[in-house]
Amino acid sequence: MVSRADRGRVADWFWTIDRYFLFVFVLLMGIGFMLSFAASPAVAERIGAPEFHFVTRHAEFLLPALAVMIGFSFMTPKTVRRTAVIMLIISLTLMVLVLFIGVEVKGSRRWISVGPLGIQASEFMKPAFIVVCAWLFAEHQKQPEIPGNLFAILLYGIVVALLVAEPDLGQTILTTSVWAGMFFMAGMPWLWIALLAIFAVGGLTSAYLLLPHVAARIDKFLTGEGDTFQVDTARQAIFRGGWFGQGPGEGQMKKIIPDAHTDFVFSVAAEEFGIIFCMALVALFAFIVMRGLSIAYREKDPFNRFAISGLVLQFGIQSFINIGVNLELLPAKGMTLPFISYGGSSMIAICMTAGFILALTRHRPETRSRERSLFSIAHGHPAE
Amino acid sequence: MSFLSRIMNIKSKAHFSATPRGVRRAGDGKARFEGTLKRSGAQAKSRVGIIFAGFTVAYVIIGGRLVEYGMAKPETVSSIMPSDNLLASRPDLLDRNGQVLATDIRTVSLYAEPSKIIDPDEALEELSSVLPDLDAKSTYRKLSSKSHFQWLRRQLTPRQQSQILALGIPGIGFRPEKRRFYPGGSIASHILGLVNIDNRGIAGMEKYIDSQGLADLAAVGMTNDAKLEPVKLSIDLRVQNALHEVLVDGMQRYQGIGAGGVVLNVHTGEVLALASYPDFDPNDPTHALDPDRLNRVSAGTYEMGSTFKAFTIAMGLDYGTMTLGTTFDATKPLYIGGFTIHDFHGTRRVLTVDEVFVHSSNIGAARMADAVGLDGHKAFLTRLGLLSRMDTELPEVATPSQPRVWKRINSMTIAYGHGVATTPLQTAVAGAALVNGGYLIQPTFLPRTRQEADKVAVKVVKDSTVRDMRKLFRDNVVESVGSGKQAAVPGFDVGGKTGTAEKLVRGRYVNGHNFNAFLSAFPMRDPQYMVLVFIDDPRTGEHNSNLAGNTATPMVGRVIARVAPLLGVQPKFGPDGSATLVSY
Repeated sequence: MVSRADRGRVADWFWTIDRYFLFVFVLLMGIGFMLSFAASPAVAERIGAPEFHFVTRHAEFLLPALAVMIGFSFMTPKTVRRTAVIMLIISLTLMVLVLFIGVEVKGSRRWISVGPLGIQASEFMKPAFIVVCAWLFAEHQKQPEIPGNLFAILLYGIVVALLVAEPDLGQTILTTSVWAGMFFMAGMPWLWIALLAIFAVGGLTSAYLLLPHVAARIDKFLTGEGDTFQVDTARQAIFRGGWFGQGPGEGQMKKIIPDAHTDFVFSVAAEEFGIIFCMALVALFAFIVMRGLSIAYREKDPFNRFAISGLVLQFGIQSFINIGVNLELLPAKGMTLPFISYGGSSMIAICMTAGFILALTRHRPETRSRERSLFSIAHGHPAE
Repeated sequence: MSFLSRIMNIKSKAHFSATPRGVRRAGDGKARFEGTLKRSGAQAKSRVGIIFAGFTVAYVIIGGRLVEYGMAKPETVSSIMPSDNLLASRPDLLDRNGQVLATDIRTVSLYAEPSKIIDPDEALEELSSVLPDLDAKSTYRKLSSKSHFQWLRRQLTPRQQSQILALGIPGIGFRPEKRRFYPGGSIASHILGLVNIDNRGIAGMEKYIDSQGLADLAAVGMTNDAKLEPVKLSIDLRVQNALHEVLVDGMQRYQGIGAGGVVLNVHTGEVLALASYPDFDPNDPTHALDPDRLNRVSAGTYEMGSTFKAFTIAMGLDYGTMTLGTTFDATKPLYIGGFTIHDFHGTRRVLTVDEVFVHSSNIGAARMADAVGLDGHKAFLTRLGLLSRMDTELPEVATPSQPRVWKRINSMTIAYGHGVATTPLQTAVAGAALVNGGYLIQPTFLPRTRQEADKVAVKVVKDSTVRDMRKLFRDNVVESVGSGKQAAVPGFDVGGKTGTAEKLVRGRYVNGHNFNAFLSAFPMRDPQYMVLVFIDDPRTGEHNSNLAGNTATPMVGRVIARVAPLLGVQPKFGPDGSATLVSY
């Protein structure tokens, strides 16, 4: 056991880390690995890869991902901020590059190949973008003269433009929702909220009018007509599973659900492990969001509050969209389930998000709850 | 302090010094900031609360949906058509000589009358002894339900029927049903297609027949078990069998990932044989929908490689930008817009048209296309039907792909078959136009006479071009350096052009992975039949080379050696014996 009197970095980490979060994150990673055995052999077989291709790949990413999460959780809020700024610059650069040298898959340019790895830069952009926006909102709130909100709006514009150019509608919607949620918490005037709502409706309408595949999906969702193969099989998988599931390895629908290892892993889980298991899974995601928001509620420092709530908002919205699609509550939209779905970039990026959350929610004495302001020198406050 | 915060710092300083109000504020800044912070803090708290409530609602909805799914009763009623429809006939499919390709046979389907079943457990146990793959859960639910009728299993074999009869289970019965049977198995699978369990055509000519009105009749219940007039196809089962065997054999010899071929009557457009491998057995369609079982001949598109040089040369001759005597400089590679065009069989000298064809010079072909120009090139390929979707009875027809915008470099690479991906079938049809007298005739899978064909034929190239092309095709097989010499069949005057296209793997052309094709016609003195065979990514070939001349070409030779006598083509052995000297 680590002594409480020990003030070393590790001891300090051990006593201040939020163990509920740490436990849930590790648990979700474990569940994700377990479900990769259920979902991905069928997919691997279909594309002609060795049966455990995706399972092995998943395992290979697991340790680095865990290391990233633990490593990030050692950061102080200030390092979180700096890391996020650097990450944002790198990932935005990559997102510009991807438009020119990216690999085109199914009509979108999202991946950039670095050696043997394909990197999806937009995944790494998300946590960095959230933290940087939290910082901008916080600075504006501490000091209304700072045009933090304006910068956040500009940054949002850049990010969305790059996402739409790929095109990646799912990430656009996710980023927009998270950003809007943070802006809302940062005290956006109700008039702006109305304007933003109009903007969002306009964006969705133009997507509906300009992008035929989006229109087809929304029509399909509203009317239930057209090619509903994916959601139909997903629903059948959940039906077949019932409350207790068919048992590990007994799933049948996974053989025909496209993207069983990514977007529809929830349905595969339902078929093999049952609806009760899925409820527990939903409860875990709900726990992350609820705990994150209640910590944010108590948090005194605006940056911490916005960053924590923004990051858990990403978890919440991403999992809600994914599960909602699986349960036919939302139109079909490719979105990974955090920690569970297969995908190297996505998993590492999610662990960075989790690492940020852990870093920001470490127990700090109340006196330290207000960070030294970046602007304190400018106003002649003594440095800490 | 990080770079960004420095910028912010400077900005905020500038702001404060610029406006007097700002300076004043800076003076008593601390108190005011704490004030705003507290106020906004309270507001932010309430807004966090609103978001919290929103998420609670969202998760409750998800939970509710999961409960709803959990409570849902699985359906026990399977959707099976009324029994009249089960007995509805489909027309037999015959080949051009009257051989049966597809026919109906009677089978029985198993049903239960649950209200009459005394002990569902026992009934299930006994049925499982004959049908071990019966799903125990759902069958038990059906047997123990209160309903009067439940289907248990469609289309039993006679052996299963007699075994179940022998069990003597009360409340179990059989209903007759029609089932489609294909005596040839997989031989003509991609032409015939297949039907689903309700006897609806879902692919190939079976689907075509349904689209001609049979499906509509069935939908309104107008079909019955009276025998329908059989449908005759243009297929010749003997030729089909030969082609299929050569493909299976070639796949084994050369270890490709897929192969295909087509035999076409050049004057009528009738398809005598069409096979793609790997194929499927329509009687056991488990694998029919696997992606690698597609009909590569009509539903697959490929960059045809040097085969396209035949079209490039025909274009030059037809537009009159060159004659057979024109020469092209192939001494050094061609540099254009950052690309280099090399010759595979480098000759490094000035080549005549004939030599460009026989040596398969990329540089020569590129120069020919360049002489014609972009618009002419595009117009010629359009005229040959190589840039648009082919019109035929088979439902599985792919649309060829071409560059969105044609640039000079595109035209020059398309000249030797890279940049436009076409289906092998339409390549054969366009090839037929080069040798049959210059007529483009859309292919058909139904019998068509010469007179009917003449009505739909479109003249696309001049007679003189046809004459020259026949000579070139023939030279490529006769000459010792010709890539087509392994297709030679004594007496039948085979002529043709090879194509070895490097395959695109992850967006890049890779060395060693080829798509090989041989486009040929015979007899070249007066072409009757077109034969196109291709093999995708062979690992080896004759003389340990995986080029088209050593894979697809000998396969064509084998096909022609077998089918030419069957098709009534007279062999002619020339006085100089040239045709007889070439053998393999």
